[in-house]
Formats: sequence, structure tokens, C-alpha cells
Amino acid sequence: MHEVDMTKCLLISLNEWRDRQAQPTAMVETVHLDVGRFTCVEPNQLVTTYNAAVQGSWLDGSELTITEIPFVGRCVACNASYNPVPESAYRSPCCDHPLKEIVSGRELRIRSIDYRTDARAALESGQIQRTR
Amino acid sequence: MHMPLEDTLDLNLLTANQHQAEHNHQHFQGWDLLCLNLMSSPGAGKTALLERSLPALAADLRVAVLEGDMTTLLDAERLEAVSIPVVPITTGRSCHLDAAMVSGGLKLLEQRLDPSGLDLLLVENVGNLVCPAEFEVGEHHKVALLSVTEGDDKPLKYPLMFRQADVVLITKVDLLPHLPVDLAAIRRNILSINPNATVIEVSALTGEGIHSWHHWVQQALAARKQPVPALATA
Repeated sequence: MHEVDMTKCLLISLNEWRDRQAQPTAMVETVHLDVGRFTCVEPNQLVTTYNAAVQGSWLDGSELTITEIPFVGRCVACNASYNPVPESAYRSPCCDHPLKEIVSGRELRIRSIDYRTDARAALESGQIQRTR
Repeated sequence: MHMPLEDTLDLNLLTANQHQAEHNHQHFQGWDLLCLNLMSSPGAGKTALLERSLPALAADLRVAVLEGDMTTLLDAERLEAVSIPVVPITTGRSCHLDAAMVSGGLKLLEQRLDPSGLDLLLVENVGNLVCPAEFEVGEHHKVALLSVTEGDDKPLKYPLMFRQADVVLITKVDLLPHLPVDLAAIRRNILSINPNATVIEVSALTGEGIHSWHHWVQQALAARKQPVPALATA
């Protein structure tokens, strides 16, 4: 269940982000991730793990959205881009060349955070912290 | 007043692990040793390889092992038998070593010996072909093992592991006469996903190919004395 460890890493980064904010009670609405298809991350499992991990924390109620990035290689023989697939051993369909260069698909990126800093959010966040 | 804001972070998801991995790497540099991260499926022969390799490597090099295992000390006990310093790291339910676990192992290692007296630190990862490939521990090189009994399709089914590896050892080649497995297909599949990989066929049982593997280790040690490239971040 490496998604658990990835979620831990994500939460460390989000906590560090919160600690850098001028408004310490900022409420996070959405966390946007880019996840490449050539990583060992299963997006649905990451969302499930995230939802479980943030319960009762300052991120409770926030949503994790994942944009999947396609796996694209470049054929170094003819410079064409292609989607490497196991059926052809990830080789280029144009020249049957091994997968030398990866253009995209290895992304594991926290792209951005949508959040609020209004007084109501601060109050709500404060209440969440007091009652939990 | 509702003020939705967006903050662009553009951070690697594994930044926390990456920071710890870079910290470990700086220790390795400071101690002037080479660290190899050995990864494979369970039963591919990581421990058997070390049992065969360690006595020979220890003739020329000062070696220690960080032994990752989910719950038992069985592998660590096997390696202690060949008189090499072994620090066990039990990962509990985690299916891979991460940089923080290796950092903990390094602290235990330091209690036993001075790591600056070592040439080579071998990290035996948890048997798993999926997630160890994604978690850097600060190593200089990744070593993947694939036994001939696993079949020639495994590089295609677990491409990230074989893409990330600098060297792939095809193990248990002594069994080839008894198996309907195509060694050329294994090699071709590895090199299709990772044309930069060094592929070495070995048998820990008969010793076949072990000299080539040791030669690779010696070359990596010699190369480490050159300026070292930055840790991969992709």
C-alpha cells in the first residue's frame, strides 16, 4: 500500500505549506495533483487514502483531484512521439526502437491548492480544531 | 467574504522522501562509500546473491548491509552468518524501504562501526517489484534482480522497476535447462524498456556470472571517485 506512504509525503508538504501562510487557519478546498501514467500510483487508491488520512485534521473536507498525465515516449531514431505499451515492449511503433526517452508520464506533482482565507473559513477551521 | 485563492506549488509529491534521500546521499558522500539499492520480487534471490557475493567482495572491500524485511530477521540472520555487519530494518506492513527507514538504519549502523571506514553499503530492499522503484533512499545505483523462474514477461508487467534500474541481474540461470523460458526474450524485454541498463546473468548457486557482477561493482566504485551526478528527481 504505497499510496499510504505517498499520502504521508503529501500531508507533510501540505502542512509545510500551511505553516508558510500568513493566515494560519486557511481552509483548503481542493488539492490538485498531476500523476503520470508511468508511475506506481493508482489515482483512485490515492484519493481513498487521502480522504481517510485527512479526517479530523485541518484538511478535513478538502478534495483531492488528480489529473492523469499520459505516458509518452520519443523515438530517438525518427523523433516521433508515441504511447509506449507493453504489447510492443514499450518500443516505438515507427522504428521498433527501445524506449530511450520519456517525454511525460513520470509526473508525481502537487500542482496547486485552492483555499479560502475569509473570516468565516477561519472561524470554521478554528471550530474544527477545537472540537476534534 | 468568500475569497477563493489558488496557490501554485509545483512540488514533487514525494518531496518529503526526496529530502531525506538527499540527506542520506550526503552522508554516503561524506563517508566516501558506494551505496547500492537491491530490489526484486520476493524469492528472486537477493539474499542468496549476497551470501555468494559478500565473502568475495569483502576480500577487497569493507562492506556492510542494510537488510529490509517486512516482519522477520530471517534474512539478516542468514547474512550475519557470512561475518559481514548487517543492520536489519523491519518495515512492519510497509512494502518498501523509504529514505527515513534507511536513515534509521544508518544511525544503528553508526552505533556499530564508523561508516567512513566502509567502501560499499548494500541496501537489500523489501521483496516487491512495484513501489521500491518509486522511493529513493539516497543510493548511487539501483540494482534489480529478476529470476528466470519468474518468466520473460515481468519486465513488461513491472516496467518502472526495470526502467529505473542501472543494472539488472538475471538470477538462477543454473535452472535454465529445466525451464521453458526464453533467456533472450528476458534480456530483450529489459533492454526494450531500459536500453541503458547493464544486464548480467548470474547464478548464486554455481557462481556463474558472479565475477561479471563484481566487476560491475568495482567499476561503479571507481566511477564514484569521479564527480558524482545529482540524485535523480524525476
